Amino acid sequence: MEQQELIPHLFRSEYRKIVAVLCKRFGFDQIETAEDIASDTFATAAQTWALKGIPQNQVAWLYNVAKNKAKNFLQRKSTFENKIVAEVKENFSELLEFEIDLSPQNINDSQLQMMFAICHPSIPPEAQIGLSLRVLCGFGIDEIAEAFLASKETINKRLYRAREKLREEKIKIELPTPSEINERLERVLITIYLLFSEGYYSVSKNQTIRKELCLEAMRLCYMLIENKSTNKPHVNALLSLMCFHASRFEARINNEGELVLYDDQDPNLWNAELISKGGYFLNCAATGNVLSKYHLEATIAYWNTHKADTKEKWENILQLYNRLLQIEYSPIAALNRTYALSKANGKQEAIAVAEKLNLMDNHFYFALLGELYTDIDNQKAKQNFQKAFSMAKTITDKQSIQKKIDKL
Amino acid sequence: MDEFILIFRHEDGAKVASPEQLQLWMKQTMDWIGGIASQNKFSGGNGLPFDDAKVVHHNNMVTNGSFGEIKETIGGYIIVKADSVDEAVEFAKGCPVLQGEGNSVEVRKIVKGDSVH
Repeated sequence: MEQQELIPHLFRSEYRKIVAVLCKRFGFDQIETAEDIASDTFATAAQTWALKGIPQNQVAWLYNVAKNKAKNFLQRKSTFENKIVAEVKENFSELLEFEIDLSPQNINDSQLQMMFAICHPSIPPEAQIGLSLRVLCGFGIDEIAEAFLASKETINKRLYRAREKLREEKIKIELPTPSEINERLERVLITIYLLFSEGYYSVSKNQTIRKELCLEAMRLCYMLIENKSTNKPHVNALLSLMCFHASRFEARINNEGELVLYDDQDPNLWNAELISKGGYFLNCAATGNVLSKYHLEATIAYWNTHKADTKEKWENILQLYNRLLQIEYSPIAALNRTYALSKANGKQEAIAVAEKLNLMDNHFYFALLGELYTDIDNQKAKQNFQKAFSMAKTITDKQSIQKKIDKL
Repeated sequence: MDEFILIFRHEDGAKVASPEQLQLWMKQTMDWIGGIASQNKFSGGNGLPFDDAKVVHHNNMVTNGSFGEIKETIGGYIIVKADSVDEAVEFAKGCPVLQGEGNSVEVRKIVKGDSVH
């Protein structure tokens, strides 16, 4: 590996592990210290390696430096508290244990516990995403700002508030009890899926960051699968869903960085390995007796890996959306369901249903109506496409709608 | 927004229809419910099979049934969200059960937890 890539590469994989272990050791009261020590470790590495050469085992080197820095911190803290705080006696012995455990087991446990802590229900979703990116995925502030198209100050403020919240709520870095784990896992999955969607549908033009976001979300989900107490069917379903979606990553963006719609995608660009992984985890998800929304979405995504327009495909997708909407309504699911209805039962029936959807503030709604009226009533199709065009916010959306109008 | 229960009254379809017809009814019902759910107006619902059905009477006398042999038997229900009974009635009109002559869908408002009516 080239040296210029080495530090960013190690940062991405090791920063989060060091932070998780230190944070677990210090508690959220010292989360900034944990992050500072981890960042400092990489700064020290860059300086030292530049002068003395790159060590054989870089990870072990990083862990050693992080350990020493953490020990120094604990010693200073202890000295301070012994000299200045009089009533420190009772936890004196605890403070003398400066050992930092950076074993693979403790790293894994700490990261998993950290995931549950950050996805605590009392932390607002927006803060969870930011904190996850920073603490669980090791994203730099620049990268987070880039992904959200926000300024660095905004991101810093958001992270600051999120850390404050962790302290206020006195959230502990630990796994929930077995009786709580299902409910808490739900929240973790929501955050992971949000993280993935943030990458998949991001407004950012930076392809690399978008892809990294998706891969990180998948990695976090895989951590849950590797752990016995969190390896549940719907966790497998979520990973399956993300594999299927991610398989189209190369096909859905063209060389100019523009979005390529499903119909126009070249299936040869779909990633066969990810599709087969998606199938594997969907199989793993097919146990137990709970049909989660992730199962339904993963199965829809599975059908979407079949490009051919068969009756069987659309009937299956329609029924899956019927179920999905009963579990959880969303405008996008309602629109997709109506499209599937037109493919399975015909346009006339779909138009009657579409007219009742009541999604007047959504440009995709008018694009769908335009699509449904095409070849049935082209005048109405045009009106709807034009309405969609005037509401669409991105150039890509406008271009794809314009193409539809031109075809009429 | 209020909730209304749509109660289906119909003969036990299994006794009068072919498997293909049953399959079709099932699809129609799923599509009908999916249509309501796609308007974010679906709250819940269930089919009520006739197997092992019992009726408990006054003095705790228990009889078997109902058996689904008459068109007035309750076969299932769904609960919808609607602004008025008229809106709920519009949903009910699409119910595939109504394709059978003599079958009906009863629309009743559900009491809200936070009020007395």
